[in-house]
Amino acid sequence: MDIQLIAKVWPFFAEAAVVTVEISVLAILLGLSIGFAAGLGSLSHNKLIRLPVRFYVSFFRGTPALIQLFLLYFGGPQVGIQLDPFEAGVIGLGVNIGAYMSESIRGAIISVDKGQTEAGRCLGLGHAQVMRKIIIPQAARLMVRPLGVNAIALIKGSAIVSTISLVELSYTAHRFISSTYKPFEMFILASVFYLLIVTVFSYGVRKVDQRVAMD
Amino acid sequence: MGLDFSILPEYSDYFLTGTLWTLALTALSMFFSISGGILFAVLQLNRHAIIRWPTSFIAWLFMGTPLLLQLFLVYFGLVQIGIDLNAFVAGVIALSLHFAVYNSDIIRSAIVAVDSGQVEAARSLGLSNFQALRKIIVPQAVANVTPALGNMMIALLKESALVSVIGVMELTLSAQRAISDSFRPFEFYIAAAAIYYIINLGLEQAVHFAERRTARYR
Amino acid sequence: MSENLIEIRGLKKNFGDLAVLKGIDMNIRKGQIVALIGASGSGKSTLLRTINQLEEATAGEIWFDGQLVNQDLPHRAREKHLNQLRREIGMVFQHFNLFPHLTAIENVTLAPTMLKLQNKSDALTSGKALLDKVGLADRIDHYPSQLSGGQKQRVAIARSLAMSPQVMLFDEVTSALDPELVGEVNRVMKQLAQEHMTMIIVTHDLRFAEDVSDHVVFLADGLVVEEGPPAQIFADPKHELTQSFLKQVF
Repeated sequence: MDIQLIAKVWPFFAEAAVVTVEISVLAILLGLSIGFAAGLGSLSHNKLIRLPVRFYVSFFRGTPALIQLFLLYFGGPQVGIQLDPFEAGVIGLGVNIGAYMSESIRGAIISVDKGQTEAGRCLGLGHAQVMRKIIIPQAARLMVRPLGVNAIALIKGSAIVSTISLVELSYTAHRFISSTYKPFEMFILASVFYLLIVTVFSYGVRKVDQRVAMD
Repeated sequence: MGLDFSILPEYSDYFLTGTLWTLALTALSMFFSISGGILFAVLQLNRHAIIRWPTSFIAWLFMGTPLLLQLFLVYFGLVQIGIDLNAFVAGVIALSLHFAVYNSDIIRSAIVAVDSGQVEAARSLGLSNFQALRKIIVPQAVANVTPALGNMMIALLKESALVSVIGVMELTLSAQRAISDSFRPFEFYIAAAAIYYIINLGLEQAVHFAERRTARYR
Repeated sequence: MSENLIEIRGLKKNFGDLAVLKGIDMNIRKGQIVALIGASGSGKSTLLRTINQLEEATAGEIWFDGQLVNQDLPHRAREKHLNQLRREIGMVFQHFNLFPHLTAIENVTLAPTMLKLQNKSDALTSGKALLDKVGLADRIDHYPSQLSGGQKQRVAIARSLAMSPQVMLFDEVTSALDPELVGEVNRVMKQLAQEHMTMIIVTHDLRFAEDVSDHVVFLADGLVVEEGPPAQIFADPKHELTQSFLKQVF
């Protein structure tokens, strides 16, 4: 183990870790927004909403995130979408994880007992009112954990944006492996940062989960 | 530049070989990741901390870091210690290791989830520990793991695209090669996505079939 | 004789190929307390759930207070129509279906405030009065998880009453309760009966049906086999299906 080398290059990794965090947080926020809309949309009574949403979910869950990213970044200009690597990374990852998140949200909503909807409707509340005041508050508790799993998968999955030359953790690891021929050291170094980010994030998810489980 | 999908058939050879390599890569990695997963699960359930602890550490390390990074480690790391594996083998090793860790997690909880009363019942009928394991625990555990393991294998197919990065000529890299010749990324990535999607559908059907077959043991 | 509040004409309900209701005719007058009895699978719960369209009728008509309930309307209009009707038709379920994330008083005040029938403070006042009426004045800030089954069911009754409905539907409301908790719920229903609330009660508890109702309807295999005052039905059933049902149960 080349400790001296690690001591020399770690600041580059720290800087890259910030980019990984930035891109992950933005993609998670985008994914949550899309996931919420698509999760509700996939349960809509209106076919014109439900079917396109189901297609989106099925396509993005059924194909590799890497292909989706390449399609957006390299194929985008052909259809008038010009993005820099950071924008493409956030959008590509966000749209991908949004499909998974929508399934987490849909799953939480449909696991709320059907009797809850019936009771609400019997009081004369409309579909939207029942959703807002009765179903979603109960589903919210059930969705924290699966959404947390999605989000952590995204943090690790964000490594793929290194393939479109975005200088984040995995890109930095790859670059230093090529220039120093020390793959083991570089792996350990990048891993420390990933594990740190993932651990902090998991802790946050657990805290939120405990909060919602309590009230 | 407008879209022109009519160019695709010209490059059908790329897609054909790419698809075959993706299928081979996925099938081999599935096999090794499940075998490895069983091995890992057994090790992690071992009585001795000296065996349990290192396997748990490796599991933690591999579950907390990106597959791409693990791919770099295997590919470049083996080269560094003088083992010049070709990219395909490195890809299979990395995918197998990565998914073995996740599979072991699923398998371990499935084994633990089989009611201890089942073992007691088997033992009280005079079955040996091994017989109880083979005839009672394993069939139930298999039924318990099938859905989650199936999802993992579907994930493996999609993650296999990553090995294009170390130069395995599978579907993703084949598409890239075709693109560097045709300069039509949109059409070719859509086509590659469609092929992945179809394989994915087939795999989902296979998983559903396996679930139905094993469900009666639950 | 007072007017009919509910009229059911030729009501049929199929679930797929299975015919559960095969042509029901029934009238329920204002203030009447009707007990629906019959074996499991006779269709009594389905009949109840069809009245407020939790189950869509396959054929026939349900009239409530002069309005056709099961109108063939476009989706949005139908939703609006049903929401209006359901305010007038209270329903209490076997499994309570209390909202677990809301306290007892929040369960009771949710609908009246959301539908702007009452402002918050009025809803709170009348909600408290209702919880007091069902004997739970000291439980208003409890969450459902902190209440016994009998208490939950009494909150559920108060929640329905908060809408000041014209009729209350009770769907086997004591079936899920431990035997020692049945009495407290039955007492509340009895009290409502004495106040001349119109009620339709689906129940397996024949003694309670005899005790509380002024009209009993016996259903078998999706049809009304016999109906009449409780004294006659229980003491002197005319139809042989009724006779054998009562013999089995009593």
